[in-house]
Order: sequence, then structure tokens, then C-alpha cells
Amino acid sequence: MTEVVSDPPHEVAALVGRYRNRTFRRTALLLAAIAVLFLMTLIDVMTGPASLSFGEVVSVIFSPSEASAQHRVIVWDLRLPVALMAICIGAMLGVAGAEMQTILNNPLADPFTLGLSSAASFGAALAITLQWSLIPGAGVFFVTGNAFAMAMLTAFALYGFTRLRGVTPEAMILIGIAMLFTFNALLALLQYGASELQLAQIIFWQLGSLARASWGKVLTCLIVLAIVVPYFMSRSWSLTALRMGEEKAASLGVNVSFLRLTVLAGVSLLAAVAVSFVGAVAFVGLVGPHIARIVVGEDQRGFLPFSALAGALIMSGTSIVSKAITPGVIYPIGMITSLIGIPFFISLIVSQRQRHWQ
Amino acid sequence: MTLSANNLSVLFGSRRVLHDTGFDALQPGQLTALIGPNAAGKSTLFRTIAGLVTAKSGTVMLGGQNLDQLSARKRLQQVCFMPQFFTANAALSVFDVVLMAQKQLAGWRVRTEEMTAVAQNLHDAGIGHLADAYIGELSGGQAQMVSVCQALTRQSEVYLFDEPTSALDLRHQLDVMTRIRDAMRARGAVGVMALHDLNLAARYADHLVLIGGGKILAQGSPDQVLSDPVIAQTYDVEIQTALGPRKELNVHAYAD
Repeated sequence: MTEVVSDPPHEVAALVGRYRNRTFRRTALLLAAIAVLFLMTLIDVMTGPASLSFGEVVSVIFSPSEASAQHRVIVWDLRLPVALMAICIGAMLGVAGAEMQTILNNPLADPFTLGLSSAASFGAALAITLQWSLIPGAGVFFVTGNAFAMAMLTAFALYGFTRLRGVTPEAMILIGIAMLFTFNALLALLQYGASELQLAQIIFWQLGSLARASWGKVLTCLIVLAIVVPYFMSRSWSLTALRMGEEKAASLGVNVSFLRLTVLAGVSLLAAVAVSFVGAVAFVGLVGPHIARIVVGEDQRGFLPFSALAGALIMSGTSIVSKAITPGVIYPIGMITSLIGIPFFISLIVSQRQRHWQ
Repeated sequence: MTLSANNLSVLFGSRRVLHDTGFDALQPGQLTALIGPNAAGKSTLFRTIAGLVTAKSGTVMLGGQNLDQLSARKRLQQVCFMPQFFTANAALSVFDVVLMAQKQLAGWRVRTEEMTAVAQNLHDAGIGHLADAYIGELSGGQAQMVSVCQALTRQSEVYLFDEPTSALDLRHQLDVMTRIRDAMRARGAVGVMALHDLNLAARYADHLVLIGGGKILAQGSPDQVLSDPVIAQTYDVEIQTALGPRKELNVHAYAD
């Protein structure tokens, strides 16, 4: 078949041209999404009780030495960490959701499905109600530390189970759901015995908030992204092949079990850090990848970066909305992502694109 | 290089799927049809040759090389296996599906010659018009043609096709069989194809291998194997062969 060179090769040239156009379109979309994200970050920094103009924000960010001390504090110490944290968390959840859906071959997979978010909530509740710290010496970060430790422990338990059972996607999803219900039950148990103040703290934690952002946390998120994302990118074709089924991927040379385990480890790290920093933010990990799938398809060379960007855009938008609904009040982001996510999710279910998962 | 298998035994748990079996050297440039009833062990034999299933005992030899001594990746470069089933619900373009085989799953950048090779393959397979469509939007038959095209894009010593025509209409069955047979001849590669349609096997294959109950029961030219009484016993039907109007071998089966 490859030996036959057709003449004239008009169709061949046309096919190459069309593929080039599609690649160009994908790159243009990625660049456009980056530009929009940049703009939204500036709007996010503008939004808040002390209103700053677009020009002021730009000048404080790009020439801080010329800005007033008050503006510098508002922008650099208060708002920029929140805006950047929103982007990092969105990107982390977007990538985590995308790769969970890929390795588990399931459109509903995200950090919630595997029980990682509920494990993090349980860990945080342990710290809030019983003052138990799972990480000795965590200090003021013991709520975050507990959430992270619990999410990672759940991920390790998941590995353990799946290795016992053989790594099948169905087993992972079922065990994840079992974890989800277990942690929800344990959380309810803690809530039942908690004081009113503790209860309020747990609920606030669960609703998710970017108010806990700091430059240190932004840096941590960037480091985790810098470790995990290049590995996922280097496995782009293998992950793309996996979407054609385990046997097809294996026949093309993918070590499916190894790929699933390493990607699951990366995804767990992303999700555990994200939920431990901002709480249980729903739907970003689910919806981000679905938007990416609709816009650029599932070739990981576009799907992976676009899932990150879609997640970042959703979180950035959420951060703006959380501050803009009622001036002076910052609504919990988890609530807003759910309210945006649910209508989107339903429209997705009834839309044509759902056939990709039939 | 010839392909042969000796004393292969494969166990799934306690269930023995291949029983200490093998086949004689399959010649380069020839197409062999692997025939046998359902659950005879055809797919398992393919997976074992491709290295996706580990045999409890036995060897698969390609030329003088024992394939078990190669790394999994190296083995899959030499042995191209097209599985019978794959998940065709992804938002992946047909071009990308063929490209991933062309690129052997490595590197983000796609060179012009790689794009041209993919386009040429799609054109030759008569599915150029599907290049931009998502694989999830295709019919079963179209997806199967993409799968064959993806396999033939690879440059291997051995090609294993697990029922490549099961979802195709008559015309496309003949087209795909012709393309595969011609490609094996042109490349001097060993082609093995699991088939249920004995007429296609008789018409296109140079060599037949009959498998039943996890054992190779007969092998030889289509004429020899199809006239062997063991084939009727294996399929539990009465089989008669006759020459057709174009001197092709036709197979008739009767269940009563």
C-alpha cells in the first residue's frame, strides 16, 4: 500500500494541506486562549472592594516601583496571588481530570470520582474537629497538610487495590466510588460530633476558597505542574493511543499498565495539592477536559494544554464572579463552579458530542 | 524472514487456551489465513506472537531470532498486530489515528514526509475523504478500514490481522484482501490473517492454518487444508469445495 504512489497525487497534497490547517487552527486557538486568560487575570486583579482601573493594574504589575504603596499591597500581596492561584488550580484540575478520563476511559472521571476530593475534605475535617495532624510539624498548615496527606493516602490505597485486582479501569472507578462514599460517611461522622464553630469551618473548607492563596502556594503549584505536565506531554501519543482501547494501544507498543500507574501518580499529586490548597472545588476537573475535547479533540498534543487552559479559564472566571456578585462579599468558589458546571454538564449529556463516549 | 512457532502453551488462570502447539515456517511475501471456529485460540495465538500474552512454554521464531529475547517495543516494531476490536468512540481524526502509527508514538513535531506518508496511505486505502472525520463518527466498516490502513502504515516484518474484514461490505472485503495480499508481496513480509470467511481464505491466502481447541490441526495450501476431513470435524459441518467460474476455489458448507 505504501509502495503504490498514485499519480496525480492531488488528494495527497490536499490532505497534507488540510492537516496543516487543522494544526495551525489548533495552535491559534491555544494562543487565543492564553491571551484571554491573560486578560481575565488582569480583570481578576481589578475586581474587588478597592476598585482599580485597568491601566492602574497594568502599571502596578509591570512597573511596581512607580506605584503607590497601597496599590502595590492590594495588587502584589492580596489580589495577584489569588488570581494566579486560580489559574494554577484550574490548570491542575483540568489536567488531572483530562488524564483521569483518558487512563480510565471514562467521561465522568475527575478527582471527585476517585474519592480524592472527599478524602481531602475528611483530612481537613480531622484537623478542624480533632486537631489531629497527619503530618508532624505541619504547623499552621496542618489543615492543608492533612487534606494533602489524606488525598495521597487514598491514591496509594487505590494503587494497592488496583495492583491486587489487576489494573482495569472499571476496578479503579468502582474503588474510587467506594472511597468517595466511605470518606463522605466518615466526614458526616466528624460533622455530627463537631461544635457549631467547627462545623462552620468544615463547611467553609468544603465549599472551596481562593482566599487562602499565597505566593508560597502559587510557587508550590507551579513546581508540581512543572514536574507532572512535561511527563504527560512526553507521553502524548501513548495517551492518545490509549483512547482507542487498551489492546490497540498495547499493539502499538504502549506499556498500558505502566502508563496508567505513572499517570495516576501524577494526576493524584496534581489533584491532592489543588484540593488541599483551595478545598473541594467541583466540576473544573470534569468540565475543563470536556470543553477541550469539543474544541480541539482528543489528540493529546492539543487536548492536554487546552484542558489546562480551559480549567484555568473556568477558575479565573469563577474568581471574578465570586467577587463581582455582591460588592464586598467573596462567595465560595466551589459553589460557583458547581452552579456553572451543572447546566454545562447537562447540556453536554444531551449534546451530540456525547457520542464519543458511547 | 520466516515466522514459525513451536510448542506454544498459554494459560489464562487455570484455563489452557493454547495446547503445546505451533506452525511451520510461514514464508515472507505470502499471506496465511488462520481459520478455525469461535474461541479456537486465533486471537490468543496472535497476541502471543505479538508478545502481548506471555506463553507458559514454547518459542516464536522470526528468521533465526527468538522473539522472546527482544524487548516489547522492539518486538512490536517487527510484528505489527491489528486487534479485532478497538474503541472507536474518541474525538480523534482519522489522520491522527494513522499518524500515531506512522510516528511510532514518539515526538510532537510532525515532519512533512510523515504527513505525506499518512496522506498517501489514506489515499491508497480509498479513505482520503474521511481524513478529517473523527473516528467516533465513522461506521463500523469505515473504522475497520482505518484500522487496516493504520496497520499497513507501519513497516514491519510480520503483519497479524485479526478478522480485518468482519465489518466490511462485499466490495470492501475484496479491496482490503487485495491490498493486504499485495502489500505482503511487495514488502516481502509475513502476513497472517484470522478469517471466518473460508471463501476469502481460499481465494486470497497462499497458505492455510487450521486451529481448533487451542491446537493447530492442519496446515498447507488452501486446496490441501480445505479437502482435509479434519476441517469438517473442527467446524462440525459438511464441507465441499468446487472451482468457480474464474477457476477460484469455492467452499460450501452444510449444517445438516
